[in-house]
Amino acid sequence: MPEAPAPAPAAASRRSRPPRDWNPIHRVSWRTHLWLLLGVAVFCLPVWITLVGSTHDASTIGRGDVPLLPGAQGPENYRVAWLEGGGRFRTTPAWLMLRNSIVMAVLIAAGKIAISLLSAFAVVFFRFPGRMLAFWMIFVTLMLPVEVRIIPTFQVMVSLGLVNTMAGLTIPLIASATATLLFRQFFLTIPDELVEAAKLDGAGPLRFLRDVVLPLSRTNIAALFVILFLYGWNQYLWPLLVVNDQSLQTVVLGLARMIGNGDSQNEWNTIMATAVLSLLPPVAVVVLMQRWFVRGLTETEK
Amino acid sequence: MATLALEGIRKSFGPVEVLHGIDLDVADGEMIVMVGASGCGKSTLLRLVAGLEVPTEGRILIGGRDVTALEPAERDIAMVFQNYALYPHMTVFGNMAYGLKIRGLPRAEIARRVQEAADLLGIGALLDRRPRQLSGGQRQRVAMGRAIVREPKLFLFDEPLSNLDAKLRVQMRAEIRRLQRRLGVTSLFVTHDQTEAMTLGDRLVVMNAGRAAQVATPMQVWSRPADVFVAGFIGSPAMNFLDATLTHGGTAATLRAGPVLPFADGRRAGPEGMGLVLGIRPEHVLAAAPGEAGEWEAAVTVVVELAEPLGSETVLHGRLPDGEELTARLPAAEVPALGGAAQVSLALRLPAAALHVFEASGGRRLDPVA
Repeated sequence: MPEAPAPAPAAASRRSRPPRDWNPIHRVSWRTHLWLLLGVAVFCLPVWITLVGSTHDASTIGRGDVPLLPGAQGPENYRVAWLEGGGRFRTTPAWLMLRNSIVMAVLIAAGKIAISLLSAFAVVFFRFPGRMLAFWMIFVTLMLPVEVRIIPTFQVMVSLGLVNTMAGLTIPLIASATATLLFRQFFLTIPDELVEAAKLDGAGPLRFLRDVVLPLSRTNIAALFVILFLYGWNQYLWPLLVVNDQSLQTVVLGLARMIGNGDSQNEWNTIMATAVLSLLPPVAVVVLMQRWFVRGLTETEK
Repeated sequence: MATLALEGIRKSFGPVEVLHGIDLDVADGEMIVMVGASGCGKSTLLRLVAGLEVPTEGRILIGGRDVTALEPAERDIAMVFQNYALYPHMTVFGNMAYGLKIRGLPRAEIARRVQEAADLLGIGALLDRRPRQLSGGQRQRVAMGRAIVREPKLFLFDEPLSNLDAKLRVQMRAEIRRLQRRLGVTSLFVTHDQTEAMTLGDRLVVMNAGRAAQVATPMQVWSRPADVFVAGFIGSPAMNFLDATLTHGGTAATLRAGPVLPFADGRRAGPEGMGLVLGIRPEHVLAAAPGEAGEWEAAVTVVVELAEPLGSETVLHGRLPDGEELTARLPAAEVPALGGAAQVSLALRLPAAALHVFEASGGRRLDPVA
């Protein structure tokens, strides 16, 4: 008697859960994962080789072997790279280059955001003669990146005596049409009624900027900061031109200078240690601001 | 609390004049509703009073003080916007307190005023929420609260109910009215909804193409519309208009469709044969057996084109023999069964007492000579 009802639930549960192989999604999944793993390998292998290379001595890499397992020279390599620098000149230690790069990238990102925020604010919320002309002039500079205007810009920097200074390194890169455009598009989505409500509440333009526009742009600013920090960090041509002083060397430029032209053996271990160190600040910025960055690109708080 | 006076307000946007001289006197504590079709200039007028636009000509006085050249914030007014315009990044408290904070009121005073207004509106429990966490009705209340805490001389409402669903709209309408009475603040309310206009206003300003067609109480606007536009705009279904001529020495009108209608309220001045437009509201049209019409009535026959049963009443859309349209709202019991595709003729009576007489040229109301 008690055994009779027992098979019923078992049969029901078997029917509700179909066998694994019948599901087409399960059948293709291992192939999908294979491709994904292959992709991961393609992107990660160079980083791994760099990481491993920074733990061997110079002659191991110099022989042409590509070691895939870490060696014992790691602490020594990083100490040399951090404090003394490497490569042919052995003049600029990594800590100084990193400091220069961070200062430059932060100045460029912050400067770009401040200037483009204000100019977009002016173009969107004020009526003044030549408003559209001003906007289009900003827009046109999109067609004139640093590389195109590099000689006249350099000439201006020489005349102003800004060669070999942090100001000369950052100021020409700060004016940014891209960020201005992004802020303009965002400001245009702020409803007119919000502006009018602020007027009725007695908020002047700067108060409106501080209390309404800035808080609403928070996520956009964070996203832009990440993008512009990386833009500043990766600058190569302009620092190469405007800075000779070893104490103002940036890490991207410094890395390139460490690699010789074939006259002598490269100290690949120190170079790779410096390369690993140079990865850390951008990675930190991206990781720390990722949450804001994604929100800034995907959602609007309206 | 203050009076509001508009003197000869004109407004042009480039070459286009949208307001052609508006004069209006609003008493202290009065609720004025500006109603009109889209593009009639009613919102522009409100924005001029708010100071968001500058009039091309004319003066605006609030409490006797000329504010025409003042900034919005200096006019001591508060406005409720159609989409509420709440600051999305501030809490309900922050939204309501922002104007007071800018004015530099002490913190305790701000908290007291916001709490009072929130309790009045029943949003006391929502003060920590953000606008996007609120429903439409709650946002509406916050927008009202933001206006109330300012304790302004003048409330301005720019179609504040049009984003709400029908049921909530009726509820908020009554609430706004109660609140306005209780606070006694002079108010201007813009709407395109005639029901809102009729129920909310102490007086209506019916706007037509940049002019105030009529300024009067809702009942006056309904019972004695100043011209054909107002007559057609207020009332649902809209008033019927029939072409006619002045006959019998000014004591009657002869409809183009044939019948003669005597004027129940007296003789109209004008030459014999002058063109008239007779207006009669659908609810005043009566059903009748053919040929049966009293002395103060005209009998007409319509071909019924459409019948809309509303339950207790039925709205009939018919056509007179001369092709003019006539709409009648009749008790359902008096409407004969209308079946199939066959065209049904129906006898109706037009009572003379319910007539509105307008000049055919210009559309002005033609009142009897005393």
